[in-house]
Amino acid sequence: MRELLLSGVPRRALVLLAALLAGLIAFPLLVNDYFVTVVILILYFAYVGQAWNIMMGFAGQLSLGHALYVGLGAYAAAALYVHFGISPWIGLGASIVVSAAAGAVIGFLAFRFGVAGVYFAILTIAFGEFARIGFDHWRWVGGSAGFFLPVSNYTRNDLLYLRGSPTMFYYLFLGMTVAAFVLCHALLRSRAGYYWQAIRESPEAAQALGINIFRYKMYAVTLSAAMTSLGGVLFAFYYNNLFPEQVFHISRSIELILGPIIGGIGTLFGPIVGAFLLTALAESLHEVMAAIGVDVPGIKQVFYGFCLLLVVMFLPDGVWPPIARRLGLGRTPARRGED
Amino acid sequence: VPADIYLNVAVSGLLTGLVYGLMALGLSVIFGVVRVVNFAHGEMMTIAMYIAVALFGTYKLDPLVMMVPIAAVLFVLGYLMQRGLISPFINRPEHSQFMLLVAIALIMVNILLIIFGPDAQSVQTSYSYDSFMMGRLIVDATKVYAGAAAVAVAAALFAFFRFTLVGKAIRACADNYAGALVVGLNVKSLYALTFGIGAACVGAAGAMMAVLVDVTPPLGPAYTLLAFVIVITGGLGSMPGALLGGLLIGVTEALGGLFFTPSAKSMFAFGLLVLVLLFRPQGILGKRPS
Repeated sequence: MRELLLSGVPRRALVLLAALLAGLIAFPLLVNDYFVTVVILILYFAYVGQAWNIMMGFAGQLSLGHALYVGLGAYAAAALYVHFGISPWIGLGASIVVSAAAGAVIGFLAFRFGVAGVYFAILTIAFGEFARIGFDHWRWVGGSAGFFLPVSNYTRNDLLYLRGSPTMFYYLFLGMTVAAFVLCHALLRSRAGYYWQAIRESPEAAQALGINIFRYKMYAVTLSAAMTSLGGVLFAFYYNNLFPEQVFHISRSIELILGPIIGGIGTLFGPIVGAFLLTALAESLHEVMAAIGVDVPGIKQVFYGFCLLLVVMFLPDGVWPPIARRLGLGRTPARRGED
Repeated sequence: VPADIYLNVAVSGLLTGLVYGLMALGLSVIFGVVRVVNFAHGEMMTIAMYIAVALFGTYKLDPLVMMVPIAAVLFVLGYLMQRGLISPFINRPEHSQFMLLVAIALIMVNILLIIFGPDAQSVQTSYSYDSFMMGRLIVDATKVYAGAAAVAVAAALFAFFRFTLVGKAIRACADNYAGALVVGLNVKSLYALTFGIGAACVGAAGAMMAVLVDVTPPLGPAYTLLAFVIVITGGLGSMPGALLGGLLIGVTEALGGLFFTPSAKSMFAFGLLVLVLLFRPQGILGKRPS
């Protein structure tokens, strides 16, 4: 285990990571609630971005429907809590099962029938849209009118039912993001990780080497779906309201993958750096526009669009790889594309 | 008599489907030749629809007459997009092209939102409430005109690719990229031309659609998805396939809306897509990739 996690990691990287983690742990003690909520958003996007990255960055399967797994996870745990009073810690089991099953079904259908590339991406969109419209008409979870978790004044943090202050959610999101980071780091160095990267670079060559590409692609999609659903569970209990039009919408899926793409697909820090940049950008833009009194819907998205345009045009590998080289953090395990 | 209702709805779906088909034809032409999936297709459609609405609102110009200039505007837009933005991405990986077009789509849809606002806008022509009666069949006049216009544009496009030298040259690029270069075709400029033609199709389709439905900015992503569903159902890269897919989806949506609720109609389109992807991944009229 120690070998899997630590061998070949530059000491400098470990020191930087430890410092970053210490800073993040101390963070809520130093700032007000507003900054805590902003960092929660960053951690959320870093987490789901990391989960998506397993499919796209590691195994090379472009999913444009990850909002499906967020939504299924969110609705499953929330419905169990609202209708039966079941703790989200048990509910998340249901979330994982439902999402992993959905991922497995999509993966099975696609990989079995040779649906790949753009076709696969569109299939994932189709399932996401299917779920969006389906949940819009599903009365038991509120339909298009939305599904609400009871909100009351938090006198104390109830960890069992995940009712509490932003600070409590901050540490939960932080723990999840750190766990996902460590897991992905280990995965990249495991047999499965090498198989995935082989499949990503050339499915034919991987198959010729005797890798069961169907099985390993299935592992990637199921794991990615299961991890994403956990993000959905916390999302539901943190925001307390779910609308199919928002949760399952294609723009959520795109928002979720912007982080890893801007940060650097296939890198461990890419999703984190990308989530930080995008959220910081969005928040400062929001503040600036509020300060100068401009309130035009859509202008934020236009700005987003231009940032994305610039990154894909001029930094096709993302923001993180050049930074990593500059910091002397040695090899980045899963760089995409040619050098 | 219920049977009449089904027939009426199916015919009306069929006519809308012709317009869908023309929209999808644009996507199919672009993919078939340039090999880039235009993820901003529906957004370009809404741009055309808003131009039609604006021209009608200010000058009372009929969208079906304005179809040609609107298609010309979209042609220029598509040509410039290919020349300026997409051309450097031709040899990049798929996800990279995808992100580029998603960025373009995001910018387009939100600029429309800023200019025209979120409220639905519509075109009320003098014939908006007319209808034709053939026996027990009643169809809206707008749908008949729009469907006929779609057929005319599609026929013109088929003729262009079949009989003109430029059309043949474009097909040559699609058939054999290296061969096209060897015989001295200017592939870069033909690609831009193709993107322009695809955009012109969607421009014409947008002008027709403007008389059929209310326009809002979120229609953009919805039409992008619909165009994908149609071309994949019909066969990506196949021109007759796009038209056939449009008809199928038009009828499926119309009947789905009748049997269940109209808000669930696109579920049937997605259901059809999933079935096609599973049992005939190359689409109904598509060729199996070699």
